[in-house]
Amino acid sequence: MCACAGDSENTIRNLSASGSPLETRRSFLGALLGVGSVCVGALLSVPLIRFALFPLLRRTTELKSSPLGALSEFSALTEPVMRTIQIEQVDGWRKAISEKAVYVTKDRQGQLRVLTSVCPHLGCTVPWNKEKSQFICPCHGASFAPDGTRVSGPSLRGMDTLETSVQDGQLQVRFQYFRQLVSDKQVIG
Amino acid sequence: MPSTQKSETNGPPPPATGLWGWLNRRTGLDTLLRTALYEPIPGGARLAYVFGSGLLFIFISQVITGVFLALYYVPSADHAHTTVAYITKAVTAGSFLRSLHAYGASAMVIVLLLHLSQTYIYGAYKGRRELLWLSGCILFGLVLAMAFTGYLLPWDQRAYFATAVGTNAASEIPWIGESLKRMMRGGTEMGTLTISRFFVAHVFLIPACIFALVASHIFLFRKAGAAGPVTESPYKPEQKPEFFYPRQVLMDLSLTALLIIGLGFLCFFVPVQLGPPANPADAQYIPRPEWYYLPIFQWLKYWHGAASLIGVLIIPTVLAVAVIALPFLDRSVERRPWKRPVAMGAYAFVLFALLGLGLRSQYVDMHDPGVAQQLAKQKTEEEEYTRKPFEPALSSASLAAANVALADPLAAKGKTIFEGQSCNACHGDGGVGTAAAPALLNIAAKLSSEQLAELFKHPTAKMTAGGMPPIELPPDDLKALIAYVESLK
Repeated sequence: MCACAGDSENTIRNLSASGSPLETRRSFLGALLGVGSVCVGALLSVPLIRFALFPLLRRTTELKSSPLGALSEFSALTEPVMRTIQIEQVDGWRKAISEKAVYVTKDRQGQLRVLTSVCPHLGCTVPWNKEKSQFICPCHGASFAPDGTRVSGPSLRGMDTLETSVQDGQLQVRFQYFRQLVSDKQVIG
Repeated sequence: MPSTQKSETNGPPPPATGLWGWLNRRTGLDTLLRTALYEPIPGGARLAYVFGSGLLFIFISQVITGVFLALYYVPSADHAHTTVAYITKAVTAGSFLRSLHAYGASAMVIVLLLHLSQTYIYGAYKGRRELLWLSGCILFGLVLAMAFTGYLLPWDQRAYFATAVGTNAASEIPWIGESLKRMMRGGTEMGTLTISRFFVAHVFLIPACIFALVASHIFLFRKAGAAGPVTESPYKPEQKPEFFYPRQVLMDLSLTALLIIGLGFLCFFVPVQLGPPANPADAQYIPRPEWYYLPIFQWLKYWHGAASLIGVLIIPTVLAVAVIALPFLDRSVERRPWKRPVAMGAYAFVLFALLGLGLRSQYVDMHDPGVAQQLAKQKTEEEEYTRKPFEPALSSASLAAANVALADPLAAKGKTIFEGQSCNACHGDGGVGTAAAPALLNIAAKLSSEQLAELFKHPTAKMTAGGMPPIELPPDDLKALIAYVESLK
């Protein structure tokens, strides 16, 4: 250190004679500066924290409903029909558009229901087999009735139904992914 | 440490008892704090000495904001602009932090010039402080390099063209210029490799050098001691010292507070703009560097051909060497500016030359109607682009899928079959590949239609083992499927 280091030590001791008004004033100022700096630092870190937490406070992967067509199109349905929907997934600053096949069919009461074409066994796309009047998965042979209920094969449950809604006479569907290889329907993603 | 022992036995100094006392015995924190705060300043505290601390504050602010910006930034030609747009338009406080970082660069240059001027005018480089001056000169260069490399990273029109010109200017340096330019760009043209290089320089290399040099700059400062007023001796300070704490600390903190308030208001009310993405094909765009590079920009306009050797190499080199070697060239102990006419004259000359060049470049731009109009147009385009809401970039896989959908009807039919037959379950949407099966992109370049048809009907043993079933389809459908698979890119 420089030549003044010795001097400064002496002066520090002289200046900080305990209990002197100077010492009290100094430690008060020190405390004030410390508290002030912490407050300003805390204030400045607010934008940083909000910036860093942005993705956690905003859901970016939510899927919107996609239109399938007018309700009237499906009123005379005798067998499942395939419809392709485009789903848009926002992933931070990018988005991915993918096409998913779904089936519009009727349940036993004759109500419209929409099935995902993703096989609940291992996720292959299940085609409709007109001749056999069944859904038959090409990968491992799981088969399903026209309303999607399980008939035979390795799948532990029937084909999964998707949430539907009607808007201005249009059938809408909200696409979701479900866990495979389990007997009950569990939403994932 | 003797001083700590004394303080414990002799009583007076720190009431180093309890938690703080224990912490100090283990870490020496209290001693360190005292060493930092009780730096003697010959002749007492002054407002003129505040700029060094101000620089340190801005540097720390740049480091913090820079690290946070890197949370979202991607250094590639495809994504740099999108991610900066995301930061600016979508992320909470993103525009504010980006502005803080961008304006921080300008603030750094301003305070740096003030710090340099103060040191020069006070003759504080003299005597025992040569190395302090030397490390300061290197830091000056590093700060300018940070400003240059950071400017490109948003990859908008302004950034792209300013850097294109900046790197071109480097090629004017005789002999090594062309190699230097290619080295900076990572090739002959500006592109994604240029971003990578600038990013690595801006985020890893130059900051590492700055950290090391700031540390040595502060060390050398404490080693040499504060310079004190102009009447103080440059070798052995004699004037009555005053400690750094509290008056000088308060003065330094005032500058910091001023910087926080000034930058805060500026960033909040006049945030930095982001222009449209870089378009290298734009022949209309007029590039202009940031204000602190304008004098150099203007200077380079005057030197062409053989004369450029003088203007681009000799004069700047002589000037740089003169500045760096100043403490060794100027050995006089006289520090009072009014007794140093040559030094002050040189300072005024350089200052007015830089100012004149900068103003001249502005004047030239404003008095050429074509240029002025184009520059105004560019500014409007930036404002318009910044106002537009953020649009997420479409991922490349989606693009491949979308492109095909518009292609010929046979391929479109093939796409339905591809999905109907669950090919996409393993090969992915648009044949981008999954963990289960390889991508089919660009397969047309490797296999002919006949080879594909054969493979579809009779997959190889390896394909069968991977789970690929033979495809049994009517000939028309098979043709459509092949047309689709061949269209995948």
